Amino acid sequence: MKYNVAIIGAGITGTAIAFELSKYDINVCLIEANNDVAMATTKANSGIVHAGYDPLPGTNMARLNVLGNKMYEELAPKLNVHYKKIGSLVIGRNEENRKLIETLYERGIKNGVPGMKILSKEEVRELEPNIQDDVDCALYAPSAGIVSPWEMALALAENAVRNGVDIKLSTKVVEINKVDGVFQIITNKKMIEADYVINAAGLYADEVYKMVLNDNDLKAKSFKIVPVKGEYYLLDKTQGKLANHVVFQTPNELGKGVLVSPTVHGNLIVGPNASYSARSKNDVSNTSEAFDYVRVASSISIKDISFRDNIRNFAGVRATIPGLDDFIIEESPYVKGFINFGGIKSPGLTAAPAFGLEAVELLRKCGASLNKKVDWDILPLPKFYKDMTKEEINQKIKENPQYGQIICRCETVSEGEIVDALHRPFVVNSIDGIKRRTNAGMGRCQGGFCGPKVLEIIKRELHIKADEVLQDKEGSNIVLSYTKGGKDDE
Amino acid sequence: MNKHDLVIIGGGPAGLSAAYEAYQAGVEDILIIERDNTLGGILNQCIHNGFGLHRFKEELTGPEYAGRFIEMVNKTNVQVKSNSMVIHLTNDKQVHYVNKDEGYQVCQAKAVILAMGCRERTRGAISIPGDRCAGIFTAGACQKYVNMDGYLVGKRVVILGSGDIGLIMARRMTLEGAKVLAVCELMPYSNGLNRNIVQCLNDFDIPLYLSHTVTDIIESDGRVSKVIVSKVDDKLKPIKGSEIEFDCDTLLLSVGLIPENELSKEAGIVIDRRTNGPVVYENMETSIEGVFACGNVLHVHDLVDYVSQEAAKAGVSAAKYILHDKKDKGRLIKLTNGNLIGYTVPQKVRLDNVDDSLGIFFRVRSVMEKKRIVVRSNDKVIYKVMKLHLAPSEMENIKLTKEQLQDCGDEIVIAVED
Repeated sequence: MKYNVAIIGAGITGTAIAFELSKYDINVCLIEANNDVAMATTKANSGIVHAGYDPLPGTNMARLNVLGNKMYEELAPKLNVHYKKIGSLVIGRNEENRKLIETLYERGIKNGVPGMKILSKEEVRELEPNIQDDVDCALYAPSAGIVSPWEMALALAENAVRNGVDIKLSTKVVEINKVDGVFQIITNKKMIEADYVINAAGLYADEVYKMVLNDNDLKAKSFKIVPVKGEYYLLDKTQGKLANHVVFQTPNELGKGVLVSPTVHGNLIVGPNASYSARSKNDVSNTSEAFDYVRVASSISIKDISFRDNIRNFAGVRATIPGLDDFIIEESPYVKGFINFGGIKSPGLTAAPAFGLEAVELLRKCGASLNKKVDWDILPLPKFYKDMTKEEINQKIKENPQYGQIICRCETVSEGEIVDALHRPFVVNSIDGIKRRTNAGMGRCQGGFCGPKVLEIIKRELHIKADEVLQDKEGSNIVLSYTKGGKDDE
Repeated sequence: MNKHDLVIIGGGPAGLSAAYEAYQAGVEDILIIERDNTLGGILNQCIHNGFGLHRFKEELTGPEYAGRFIEMVNKTNVQVKSNSMVIHLTNDKQVHYVNKDEGYQVCQAKAVILAMGCRERTRGAISIPGDRCAGIFTAGACQKYVNMDGYLVGKRVVILGSGDIGLIMARRMTLEGAKVLAVCELMPYSNGLNRNIVQCLNDFDIPLYLSHTVTDIIESDGRVSKVIVSKVDDKLKPIKGSEIEFDCDTLLLSVGLIPENELSKEAGIVIDRRTNGPVVYENMETSIEGVFACGNVLHVHDLVDYVSQEAAKAGVSAAKYILHDKKDKGRLIKLTNGNLIGYTVPQKVRLDNVDDSLGIFFRVRSVMEKKRIVVRSNDKVIYKVMKLHLAPSEMENIKLTKEQLQDCGDEIVIAVED
């Protein structure tokens, strides 16, 4: 089948673009190499909706950050994605920090960030009682927020699919040719044809772009993405109230520094470091050096973080274009109809809703004819059990008794929610896929108790064998074989 | 709102024993709320033997031990709601639970016994570096897969931690045809029972690496492919250059258990940071009057027999509270941890509420030979006993008579001395 538009990559960028394009009367295909959406940078970052005082005025980054931030306020509740506008602080402890904070304030004003204020020592303490004693000023930006990034990507992708976008998971693009004005995208599965290609391949956007550049000189001139790894601690909910806002340190050349923030699920997130020593673009391993760095660095922001209450460490990789402090969002000057979203790192998650608008505009400039559909509609993500009232829970159980069976004890996730997640617009056969959709296994026991139960439910609902159920990506099978006499006969 | 005299949260060994004894002591309206589909708790997946030597004077498997108590409880009028999850507990003893048949229910109890057990510490709790991939399980989760579901989740296995579940799983995986390459223990001594070292490792030629820990995990195509183990120095820091590389597909973690007190904390019960369980009085009563705690939710036990014993006490105490509670329980004595004592349970004693004697469970903080356990109050020795061997992995207990307690001041110090 030939599509009007093929989007390569189903991270936050690709899913946001697919969502926006699903409003129009065109055929769109969303291609993802992994077996689920949000599998790389999107699922492993700080989960912050930035206010927009960091990017340099006049950049794409500045404009789309502030616009995206505004769009979250309306979009996240419509999609029922966990999002909270809690505001952010950039804390300072000396004259040098204060000067930087003033610079950020001025940048924020130029970028159109609303409501910012430079706070005194006392004012900071009032907002953050656990702030370190020597913090004596902060930039407060009330429009900053926190979000569940994978929920956002899922909600965008599911709604795109419900509104007609074809999603092709586990489909790896290996070659792109332009033949008679049509892009032929060769994958590990069937070839996909499209009039326009949107490259939203995140860490791999440079490699995807090179596929369509025939000329070696052009290949050499195109942008190059370097993985910059960041590692995190995610602490138990007992620690979640230590911070009320996203607490940043003053930024440096490596990034926005180590932050301490509550998450939308009530945990405390601490990190990241920034390391150029990633072994590859998919190196999300943790290192003891980063652990040490993050623990020490965070302690100069917030007092008394109990790292013995850590429940998980993780790492994410930023798609960094060395020397460029901006997103590359443009039609390729060399290949007509090929649109790059390159170097999408922070604040990409924030800007994502605005990426959709950019894509529409760029496609129009390329000559695409886009007319709004009449029957487009949003379906929000199902409400989590723990967000429901007693009456709502009773109603759910009455409709479907599976909602009365709790599977994940730490996060209070019912069987009904897990079964529902296995019958959504696109389905994954992994325990972590269920975790991203329902929160089962996200809690303090990290799936020790519910993992085996979730495996059984996946097996039952998808009619597959136990050894076909995955932990997460392809190859991450859990069951290797059966015990003596335990052969799975089903 | 429905009402019960006694609500017991959890139908594992602690909940069962507490229910049985409370019933024997005269409470007729007892409800056990169990989240699983059957009573017995974690014992159901512990299919090895070694349970019941103290309680029943014979060697039983976990399910057999649970079965004995289930039979005892079945002969009473104790009600059981299985597949029912308690999701909230309030400080005025309202228990919120959900299940398929009744939906969301709130139940008012006169007394509550907390018997929710514990959970395993995870990779995150100890921040193990390396790739994040499939093939890393807590020993208990692996035990569930293997013993309950019939799945073999590893063929070449490295185990971190020499806690009892890890040792048991080393043997279990070996019997299922897996190759267990190593059990690594951060400390210079094992954290499991000696009998498990002998029967689960030595008998199967599985090497135990003391003072070693996992310093890297390497994945290949989504699954563990290598585990790197390093020796640690006396500050427990890995020593560069001491790395041993194991080609394996699985890493099991047996690195400790944490009492599961989220409901207790929600209700506002005071928690002891040393046990991670509630602070309790002589009768297993927590800081909330009429709420009792026993078993692994109170502190982690090595032997289920002691869980039953402790839970029996909680059951009897709850019965006493419901049927004829006396407000004045007498003078308060605090138990303090002296030299090399990790914790004690109970932590506080109300003198008039002690019948004839008081049993005290405690753990020491390091491995020691030929030491005395000395109990002092106001610098006067109340009690002492010689111990040939002491280890953190082995829970100790002593008994003080009421007369001995009457001689004490407001504080008792338990210590290890030469």
